[in-house]
Amino acid sequence: MGFLDSILGRSKPPEADLDVLFAVPQAVISLQLEGFVPTGSGSVCFRDVEGRADDTAMAEAEQIITSSPGSTVTRSDDRFGFHWLTVTRTDADVSGLVADLHAVNSSLADAGFGTALLCSTIAFTTPAGKPIGLVYLYKRGTFYPFAPDGGERRDNATELQVRGLVAEDVPVEQDLTKWLAIWGAPGLG
Amino acid sequence: MARSRFRGDRGLTLRMGGVGFGLGALYIVFGVILSQTALGGLGFVIVLAIAWGQWYFSDSLALKSMRAQVVEPHQAPELHAMIDRLCALADMPKPRVAVAVTDMPNAFATGRTPKHSAVCVTTGIMQRLDADELEGVLAHELSHVANRDVTVMTVASSIGLLAGFITRYGMYFGGMFSGGRDRNNNGGPAFIVVFLVSMLVYAVSFVLTRSLSRYRELSADRSGAYMTGRPSKLSSALVKISGDMARIPNKDLRDSQAMSAFFFAPAINRESIGALFATHPPLQQRLDQLAKVSAELSEQG
Repeated sequence: MGFLDSILGRSKPPEADLDVLFAVPQAVISLQLEGFVPTGSGSVCFRDVEGRADDTAMAEAEQIITSSPGSTVTRSDDRFGFHWLTVTRTDADVSGLVADLHAVNSSLADAGFGTALLCSTIAFTTPAGKPIGLVYLYKRGTFYPFAPDGGERRDNATELQVRGLVAEDVPVEQDLTKWLAIWGAPGLG
Repeated sequence: MARSRFRGDRGLTLRMGGVGFGLGALYIVFGVILSQTALGGLGFVIVLAIAWGQWYFSDSLALKSMRAQVVEPHQAPELHAMIDRLCALADMPKPRVAVAVTDMPNAFATGRTPKHSAVCVTTGIMQRLDADELEGVLAHELSHVANRDVTVMTVASSIGLLAGFITRYGMYFGGMFSGGRDRNNNGGPAFIVVFLVSMLVYAVSFVLTRSLSRYRELSADRSGAYMTGRPSKLSSALVKISGDMARIPNKDLRDSQAMSAFFFAPAINRESIGALFATHPPLQQRLDQLAKVSAELSEQG
């Protein structure tokens, strides 16, 4: 935010960066080589906004996914006031999944709710059989791994391992304090 | 093409720019007059040092004066989770989180830069508000941090501090300067001019900084409402807290008056203080603005 914006007290909500998500398939290949298996599901998490306008946008997004062959979509809410739209592909095709997630994002952004987008997750299973998510932060345009390890604990060792694996494929969030804990995310934990 | 539902408030920006311009002009005029006398130079250095200290140590000073404790994620997981999400939505660094044990329902933000900032809530506000309302209040405080309100208000109020300092202690120094070894200099009349100008500057800057403070509150309400997407929750928090503030005895409130500028709701509730001198805009004005934001967010299409 600029100096003038500070003086005049105009902090604008940042817009979401949607296109970086298309780098995911490359990272998936790197992860598969190390035994991480994509489950074929991923979600978009965004803030509930008061009024009906966001519900309309969400319904439109669900419509688009349902009409795409091989994809199903479910909707859930968490206790922090965020909606999760979870897309599952029966063929576990990551490129298709990313295209679906992008369709959800775009329809929300087109309705003016780009600023409400929080994060997107792609779910994997670790070689040890536990869930792990590759999380995309819309406002920063970066990725980080999130590995819940029973209760509200995180498996930091696996997270750091994954960070190394995908570092050359996608922009990784360097600031570890931004690695938001998303407890109760669908498909994770 | 993605569009944004965020609407700026040009009127508010213009008014704020006007007040800022007025304060800047006042600084220049006062500076020119003060630079004519030795007393002015001395006062300037002392006040600059005080203001810098207040600004630099604002976070620890404010937390200490409220006896607030910084809490870690394992001590207040829900509070931290809320702030984590808001900071991720607004893409801002996470401030330290503190809790003050007092029944007075309030919250404040402090710190010299967004990286060295703290957000504090009282146990009173956590008991009275539900999770969504508390989140609205936190978003309001985070907007203060993003707007760098501590820095802006420190710079704005330093001139009042300087003028007040000269008005209060200038008589003593003025006597010292004019009573020096050369009794024929014109220290006496020059001092009287500086004294009168200081009083005038103090009065004008007081009104200007108070109006700036009210504009900053409105702008934090606005940004906070867009951050959570739920302006009505912030409205209901305001209504609850304002009602409560009026019922609380004055003794507790006087203790924290110095902190009032950064509070969520003003800790001074005497009706006799005119709207011109208030640090916070009237409740109705804040509610009206939030209602407008709500309408913009729920527009179809």
